Amino acid sequence: MTEVVATNETILVVGGGISGMTAALEAAETGKKVVLVEKLPYLGGRVSQLYKYFPKLCHPTCGLEINQRRAKMNPNLTILTMAEVTNIEGEAGAYTATVKLSPRHVNDNCTACGECAKVVETEFDDEYNYGMSKRKGAYLPHVMAHPMQYVIDPRIVGTDEGQKAKDACKYNAVDLDMQETEIKFPAGAVIWATGWQPYDAAKIQPYGYDRYDNVITNVEFERMADPKGPTGGKIVRPSDGKEAKNVAFIQCAGSRDRNHLYHCSRICCMASLKQTHYVVDAYEDAKVTIYYIDIRAIDRFEDFYATVQAMDNVTFTKSKVANIKADKDGNPVCYGVDTEGYHRYENAHDLVVLATGMEPSVAKGDFPVDIVINREGFIEADAANGGVFAAGSASDALDVNRAVQHATGAALKAIQVVNRVAGAEA
Amino acid sequence: MSDMNTAMIEKYRNSFLSEVEANVEEGEWVKMCMQCGVCAGSCPLGNAWEHTPQKIFMMIRAGKRDEVLTSDSMWMCTSCYNCIVRCPRELPITHIMHGLAHYAKRLGIAPKEQPTAKFAQLFWDNLMKKGRVNELKLGVDLYFKVGEGMKTAMKNKDIGLAMWKAKRLNPMEFFGGHSIKDVSGLHKIIAKAQELEEARIAKHGG
Ligand SMILES: Cc1cc2nc3c(=O)[nH]c(=O)nc-3n(C[C@H](O)[C@H](O)[C@H](O)COP(=O)(O)OP(=O)(O)OC[C@H]3O[C@@H](n4cnc5c(N)ncnc54)[C@H](O)[C@@H]3O)c2cc1C
Ligand code: SF4
Ligand code: SF4
Ligand code: SF4
Ligand code: SF4
Repeated sequence: MTEVVATNETILVVGGGISGMTAALEAAETGKKVVLVEKLPYLGGRVSQLYKYFPKLCHPTCGLEINQRRAKMNPNLTILTMAEVTNIEGEAGAYTATVKLSPRHVNDNCTACGECAKVVETEFDDEYNYGMSKRKGAYLPHVMAHPMQYVIDPRIVGTDEGQKAKDACKYNAVDLDMQETEIKFPAGAVIWATGWQPYDAAKIQPYGYDRYDNVITNVEFERMADPKGPTGGKIVRPSDGKEAKNVAFIQCAGSRDRNHLYHCSRICCMASLKQTHYVVDAYEDAKVTIYYIDIRAIDRFEDFYATVQAMDNVTFTKSKVANIKADKDGNPVCYGVDTEGYHRYENAHDLVVLATGMEPSVAKGDFPVDIVINREGFIEADAANGGVFAAGSASDALDVNRAVQHATGAALKAIQVVNRVAGAEA
Repeated sequence: MSDMNTAMIEKYRNSFLSEVEANVEEGEWVKMCMQCGVCAGSCPLGNAWEHTPQKIFMMIRAGKRDEVLTSDSMWMCTSCYNCIVRCPRELPITHIMHGLAHYAKRLGIAPKEQPTAKFAQLFWDNLMKKGRVNELKLGVDLYFKVGEGMKTAMKNKDIGLAMWKAKRLNPMEFFGGHSIKDVSGLHKIIAKAQELEEARIAKHGG
């Protein structure tokens, strides 16, 4: 049974992505007690699913590793994974949080030796790879997972497979009897950092994401480019596994569109420019087309845009593609009219990547606490929120740099609230 | 009517966009277009017309008054609504296209030999007589008055026959044809609507 020692001077952080981790660490390193609640079995959030980071094109694992080390070293930080906040009651300085803990079926004895995964045969879609590959029913969510512990999928618990996993474990780490539990604890301030999710591309009907194998999303493309990903880092067509050298990016897929997301998702222009590097680096004879309304390479990233613009094998077509149809060879064909001259085009590609936008991961009506949410579904900074502060992409579509800055600000606001509590109690 | 055209040119000397906003149905939406091209690419007419809605909206902003108002493009719109449902800015594109056509006609500068415009006039005249459309007469008028002639009429005779069998086309309608219960009431409604419209034009154009 998980015990959480907390008081009204404790800060609760909801969501363990880069923003939640940053806010939690910043606060804990000033000496505050922090409880970090993460829904998934690991920390890191969406950043851990990116292959490389813009603007430096470095690997996100390095930033994550630093944060994980800070987390391991800090005695003020309690991390709860597979945990969801179901209710928050009270007011600034005196909240009570209710948290539901789902069973991992693996305890802290786990050394991540991997024996359980070897014996289990049942496979499920791998969420980490957006379902582009399979994983075992006993699994490590990804190679850099923190905590570095395996998970037993509840769907094999109660079957022979579950028993096999338990029998294979030499460290007595598999616990098939773990149950879902609920805990309650106090907190003085709350940092809400539940982040974003990709907009559901199937809703953009004319692009046929649900009809054509060779139309994928930018988050899937990140996994595809990653050597640890479902294709071993090969950029290929999902339909036939052939090399995808002629790749199109469609910008604003679902964003800036009153039928879908009202807002500009702000990172997807940069994401496509970054992903253009992946294609060009992979194939000498690559050919990339970027269909766009206007390129929004946010502030100091203009250089990054200029570099891609200067590439011989990259074409920028000012036009939002009207629709996609597959030809007889399975090539997605983009149809539309070019705004610079109003020329009608019909271009076949090997692979189309939809630059889908970011929407808040928690739906408007699903917040377990009364806070101000804007039309786009993001959390507004508002005095009515009391001691609840948004951090990172739960507040807006942000890149990592801005998310982290925002999270540090949120940590400071939360610290001020618990300091007031401490002052009153002293 | 051409007096009105001159008056409008004088009044909106510098801004065709303002003229459209004031006088064209849903014209105030034109400035919201972000030139993404989705409507142009989604319109089933494809290459069949000179200017797509996207281009028309840009031409309005560029002050190309004559090119827009005398163009036959907006008369080509089939009201399929493909553009409206897909426009990321929710512009009522179809309505603007019809609004532009209507405005050009009011000013007396719509293309003279445009078949859709002719058909629209026939349809209106036909409708006003009895308060309902007499399909037989409309069909006959269409094929002979619009100049399509016997050839098209013969090509479509099977459709006519099928409509007759389905009781959609009654040959007896050729002799007078039946009307709605209160034709004069309808005429009064239309007269009132016209009066309101004249007042609106006078306000903007005067
Ligand atoms: C295709 C693509 C490429 C990108 N590439 C870059 C790049 O190269 N460089 C860059 O700077 N940015 C990039 N970004 C943006 C980057 O992904 C975000 O800035 C970053 O993920 C924001 O982190 P976050 O912690 O705010 O949110 P998330 O990463 O979404 O983290 C939120 C965390 O909260 C958890 N959570 C959600 N709901 C709950 C709940 N109810 N209870 C508990 N926990 C919950 C989630 O499981 C997750 O772990 C890219 C985005 C896209 C779409
Ligand atoms: S649960 Fe046991 S067998 Fe599986 S990885 Fe952990 S220690 Fe190894
Ligand atoms: S960042 Fe670019 S692709 Fe993304 S919504 Fe904004 S303009 Fe569109
Ligand atoms: S779809 Fe809408 S916003 Fe895009 S060009 Fe057409 S009218 Fe303008
Ligand atoms: S409603 Fe008119 S303009 Fe719009 S797509 Fe259909 S035919 Fe084209």
